[in-house]
Amino acid sequence: MNDDVHIIGAGIHPFGRTDGRSGRDQGVFAVRAALEDAGIEWGDVEYAYGGSAAAGSADIMVNELGLTSVPFINVANGCATGGSALAAARNAVAAGACDIALAVGFDKHPRGAFNAKPAEYGLPDWYGETGMMLTTQFFALKIQRYMALHGISRRTLGLVAEKAFRNGTLCDHAWRRSPVDLDTILNAPVVNDPLTKYMFCSPAEGAVALILASAKKVRELGADAVRIASIAFRTRPEGSFEVFAPSIRVGGGGKPTEIASRAAFEMAGIGPEDVSVAQLQDTESGAEIMHMAENGFCADGEQEQWLAEGWSEIKGRMPINTDGGCLACGEPIGASGLRQVYENMVQLRGRGGERQVPNGPKVGYSHVYGAPGLSAVAILER
Amino acid sequence: MSARVPIAPGLWTDEAEPRLIGGRRADGEIVFPMPDGDAAARVEPALLSRQGTLWSWTTQGFEPKEPYSGPQPFQPFLIGYVELPGEVIVETRIVDAAPADLVIGMAMIFAVVPFDDARSIYAFRPERQP
Repeated sequence: MNDDVHIIGAGIHPFGRTDGRSGRDQGVFAVRAALEDAGIEWGDVEYAYGGSAAAGSADIMVNELGLTSVPFINVANGCATGGSALAAARNAVAAGACDIALAVGFDKHPRGAFNAKPAEYGLPDWYGETGMMLTTQFFALKIQRYMALHGISRRTLGLVAEKAFRNGTLCDHAWRRSPVDLDTILNAPVVNDPLTKYMFCSPAEGAVALILASAKKVRELGADAVRIASIAFRTRPEGSFEVFAPSIRVGGGGKPTEIASRAAFEMAGIGPEDVSVAQLQDTESGAEIMHMAENGFCADGEQEQWLAEGWSEIKGRMPINTDGGCLACGEPIGASGLRQVYENMVQLRGRGGERQVPNGPKVGYSHVYGAPGLSAVAILER
Repeated sequence: MSARVPIAPGLWTDEAEPRLIGGRRADGEIVFPMPDGDAAARVEPALLSRQGTLWSWTTQGFEPKEPYSGPQPFQPFLIGYVELPGEVIVETRIVDAAPADLVIGMAMIFAVVPFDDARSIYAFRPERQP
C-alpha cells in the first residue's frame, strides 16, 4: 500500500437549476473542468468511479468523454455516492492499481422535498401513508431535542442560515446568491418546528469531479496537488438516532458522524484543533450546529457562543461552509459530498477569491451525512 | 370511531385500553413495530406501556408527497417521539396539544384516534395532571 494519494484536479458544474442539461451532462462538464485543471487528457485516466442518486449511471459518460476502454465503476450509494466514489478512487491509487483515477458525482432532482418509498428502506407501508417518512421531520426532531438539552436558541439557527446565504453571495458555484437577513429567516413560514423554510436546503442539480494521482504522478506532472490525509466512511452503530426510525433505543447509542470523524482524525494523525477550514453537512441549520459537536470542533452547547461571536465565519477562527454549504448550494445528492471536497481544494490552493480563508489554510475537513444513517469524512492537507 | 379500522394490523392491541405491540429481541432490546418476515425470527411480541414522556416533537405544516394518504384537504399535525421508560422510544402522532403546550419530558398517554373517515392511527396526548 502506498497511501500517499493526492488530488490534482477539481471541476464543478454550478449547482442549482440548469434547465435543458441532464444531470449526467453536468457530470461530463465537471469532468472536463477537472481534467483541464489537472493538465491531463481523458485518455490519461486509468480508473473511474462515479454515480448519482436520481440521474442515472455514470459510466455512460464515456460516450461524451471518449471510448478509451477505461474501467468505469458505477457507484449507487445514496447520500454517500460521491464519498464512496472518492474513497474507492483513493483506494485504487493507494493499492497501486493505477496512478490516475477519477471520482465524479452528479444529480438532478425534482423540485420539493424528497419522497422516500418505505419498502426501499425496509419499512412498512403505513409509515409512509401516515406522513412520518419525511427527512425534514427527522432533522427538526433531532434539533428540537438538542436545543432543549444544550441551550441552543432559535436565533442561532437563524445565524447559521444567514451566514450560509452571505457566503453564497461570494461563491460562483452557489445556487442562492442573494443575502437573506436574520429577521426574514426567523419569520419565514415554518416547515417543521423549529425550522423555517430558509433554514432548509433544497434538492437541486449539480456535479463535481476530482482527479486523484499517486505521488509519483504528482512529481511527473508538477501538479498543484493537495494530499488526501484520510478518508473515513461509516454506517450507523447500534442505538443511533437516524432518519426513518419508527423507534429508537432508550439511552441512545453511538453516532456515525462521531465514529467517522474519530477514525479520520486518527488516520491523519491530527486533531480538530489542527483544522483550518471545514465543510460540514448542513441539510438544515440545526445539522450544522449538531455536526460541529459530533465532528469534535466544540462541546455540546458551545455553538451558541460560536455563532454569536462569528467564529465560523470566513474570517473567523475556524470557518465552516465557506461556499454557503447545502443551504446556499442546494443538495444534488450524488454531488453534494464531493462539493465539500472541491471547496476545500479551492481554499487550500488559495483560489477562493472573495471567499478565501485568510492566512493560507493548511488543513481542510469535509463531512457528509445522509440516509439511512451514514457519514463520510475526508481530510485534505496542503 | 369503532367503525374505523386500524391503518395496519398488528400495531396495537384490541382491548379497552389498547397498547402498542413491539418486539423483544433475543438480546432483550425492544423495537417498534414488531418486525415481520425473516426479521421476526427470535423476536417475541411485547406489549408496550401506555404512559411515557415526550422525547422530542415537531409540526408537519405542509402536505407530504405520496405515499402520504391522509384526509383532504390536508390538516397539519404534530409528530414526535415518546419514551416508554425502560422499553423503547416510539415515533408517534401527537394529539390534543398545540406546539406551545409541548415541553420535552412532559407526561404523555397512549390513544387511538381517527386518521381519516375509514382508518384509525395510534397517537399520544399530554397526560392532564389532576
